[in-house]
Amino acid sequence: MSTIPPEFVVKIDPEKCTLCRRCIIECSFGALKLDKDKIVSENEKCIACRRCVVFCPTKAITVIKNPLVFRPHATWTEKIQRDILKEAESGAIILVGTGTNLPYPVLFDHILIDACQVTNPSIDPLREPMELRTYLGKKPSRLQVKEGKGKFKIETELAPNLKLETPIMFAAMSYGAVSLEVHKALAMAAKELGTFMNSGEGGLHKDLYPYGDHVIVQVASGRFGVHKEYLDVAAGIEIKIGQGAKPGIGGHLPGEKVTAEIAETRMIPVGTDALSPAPHHDIYSIEDLSQLVYALKEATDYKKPVFVKIAAVHNTAAIASGIARSGADVIVIDGFRGGTGAAPQVIRDHLGIPVEVAIASVDDELREEGIRNEVSLVASGGIRSSADVAKIIALGADAVAIATAALIAMGCTVCGQCYTGLCPWGLTTQKPELRRRLSVTRGAQRVTNLVSAWSMELKEILGALGMNSIESLKGNRERLRGIGLDHTILEILGIKPVGR
Amino acid sequence: MKIYPRISDACGIFGVVNEKGNLIPGEDAVTAMEAMSPRYNGLGAGFAGYGIYPKYKDQYVLHTIFDDENSKTKVEEYLNSRVEILKDEPIPTCKVRKIRNRPIVWRYFVNPLPQKKAAAEKKSPDDQIIDLVTYVNSEIEGAHIVSSGKNMGVFKAIGYPWEVAELYRIDEYKAYMWLGHGRYPTNTPGWWGGAHPFNILGWSVVHNGEISSYGTNKRYVEQWGYRCTLQTDSEVLAYLLDLLARKHGLPLEVACAAISPPFWKDIDSTTNEQGRLLLATRITYNAALVNGPFSIIVAVDQGITGLVGLTDRVKLRPLVAAKKGDKAYLASEECAIRAACPKPEIVWTPKASTPVIAKVERAA
Repeated sequence: MSTIPPEFVVKIDPEKCTLCRRCIIECSFGALKLDKDKIVSENEKCIACRRCVVFCPTKAITVIKNPLVFRPHATWTEKIQRDILKEAESGAIILVGTGTNLPYPVLFDHILIDACQVTNPSIDPLREPMELRTYLGKKPSRLQVKEGKGKFKIETELAPNLKLETPIMFAAMSYGAVSLEVHKALAMAAKELGTFMNSGEGGLHKDLYPYGDHVIVQVASGRFGVHKEYLDVAAGIEIKIGQGAKPGIGGHLPGEKVTAEIAETRMIPVGTDALSPAPHHDIYSIEDLSQLVYALKEATDYKKPVFVKIAAVHNTAAIASGIARSGADVIVIDGFRGGTGAAPQVIRDHLGIPVEVAIASVDDELREEGIRNEVSLVASGGIRSSADVAKIIALGADAVAIATAALIAMGCTVCGQCYTGLCPWGLTTQKPELRRRLSVTRGAQRVTNLVSAWSMELKEILGALGMNSIESLKGNRERLRGIGLDHTILEILGIKPVGR
Repeated sequence: MKIYPRISDACGIFGVVNEKGNLIPGEDAVTAMEAMSPRYNGLGAGFAGYGIYPKYKDQYVLHTIFDDENSKTKVEEYLNSRVEILKDEPIPTCKVRKIRNRPIVWRYFVNPLPQKKAAAEKKSPDDQIIDLVTYVNSEIEGAHIVSSGKNMGVFKAIGYPWEVAELYRIDEYKAYMWLGHGRYPTNTPGWWGGAHPFNILGWSVVHNGEISSYGTNKRYVEQWGYRCTLQTDSEVLAYLLDLLARKHGLPLEVACAAISPPFWKDIDSTTNEQGRLLLATRITYNAALVNGPFSIIVAVDQGITGLVGLTDRVKLRPLVAAKKGDKAYLASEECAIRAACPKPEIVWTPKASTPVIAKVERAA
């Protein structure tokens, strides 16, 4: 018998309930059942996903936080006590999904953006052109242009760059962690928006090959699903070294999630556990990374930019500098707030640093060394709104990648149960009856809507700043001010306090 | 060094060049500037004249402003270690009642000293001068080198353009190319270095507008060794031009396309070599794009010689161009051109982000 009290309580109004049993069908965690002439709940199974609440035809259901009082204690809080009880009962690591839920300060919420008044006209994006297009990849440090007979001829060859119509991409989520429907919806949205989705480390289902021009494929430590066609079909290739939610940790897709289709895509036997080692076993230092970068470039005729994704950790600036010199074209910095399908709670909640400071320090370091043009910088991990996008670009990023926000657009309620494979909204599950809950076209439409709305908001911000192009915001820390930040953090972010 | 807040301003600008290199009296520039009086508030003005020092046309001329004798001594100590001073003298001025708290203004005609380094490590004389200007402006308190080109000089102060012209006796100079500037800054900096024109080597810029992308542009030129020391956004324009057109050797037209590029839709619909060039320029030099409202007039005698007018991509600041005989004019307002040249042959308003370039065939 568990001594852990339930976190949530399901309340069903008997006056409204018609005993239609829809809620029982919807609850993939089995928290609701019919007991003679009424619906009863096993509250300890409820994860507050709101599925029953939304689908109850008579709106008879509410879910509340269990009002039961844990005796108040500032050190031994309810959360700490619950974690201890869980581990005492199971003897196992606590697994979690999504990004950290601990109340660390969010630096984005301590940064304000400038606007024009009088001396500099703001620009109305509905009337004037406003450009968000961004190119990701290596840039030459200078152009060689020859002049002859009044005509100019360019003699510098450009490295392959990816063209983004908005500086927002979709971050890596593997097929296996999420359903095929999620992958398809993201691919369709990426194509519609003129941006890119990322396959994650689980290979690319053949149904997504037609969207290859808008897909970045990942090569991670497990090398699942990596073959010639996989590399050829994609627009870019990403080497995954680390993930913000679980720096230094590999991955584990349990065998029960490895269906026939996933097995084929990942190139592993059906029903076997898919284990991603913590490091790449052929990368034990920076020179090994360079070899993999060039191996992938050789395999694709130097036609595709190679991304390297790392988790934001204490020494990220120096690491990024090494990556910039390794031949990589784009560095993705994933902050500690980034999401995950499954990670040990202790790792997710306590390792890494925020993406805001990581981007600022990496941008500074690369400029200091005069190699900022060698790579583009992509920020991910905790980008929640268009304001976050504007702020991180002003701090030095070229573009961002979002994943949790895209999942929320498709129904995710951040319940954190991704690792159970029981996602009630059909996102992080392989069960056919749950997968059916996500309509690919509707999912794609909602994600497209979200990114379109953010893009319009970005244009409004640019207009208020008196700019008509996103490149004028990039690294423009003059237009940011910090509020409630200490002197050292302001210095690291390279911004002045409000009022200066 | 005293740090002033960055200043935003709106201004009146003027430029004239004789494409044959014949000399134009200083009064023409002053007369033109007088016509745009509502554009100034008396908090800064300046002129740049090219071809004014024919006797020392091969030397770099350092126009320098000192707060006191102490800073002058320090600068001269430093100069003696870096350059051979052929001649130095006070810049001739006369008393103007409204201009008070006058700093010391001095000019040095110099040649960089030969470097005792291996050939590969040697810097060009131009780069030696940039290093020198950067050092003085950022490290020596109370001293500012306001211009450093050859056979040219920048004259600037706090006051209305006609007061500054009287102060520096602009009517006593003749130049084949003039720039004029009057400011309407939105706060009072109280020092002369913040007035226009801004100069580095043969590049002088007068600017009307505010640079929304200043932070991006500043950090970009800093990567190439420039340092923005004058705390005014316009300064970065001179460095951008020097970087793109001199250091990177881009044709002037391409440098202008980097600073004020066409919109993507226009680049997308431009085919062949020209389209490739525009795309490559915008991708490579994205941090050189100057955003926000601006019109600028650039005088250059650095590899090429001439006058350049350029506006932002949606032309949020005015610029008018005119021609008469060998002379080309650019100004914020047509009235300024007509004041200096009552009957121009053609007057036109240049299109947004399209440079107007009047090259001098042979410098005087």
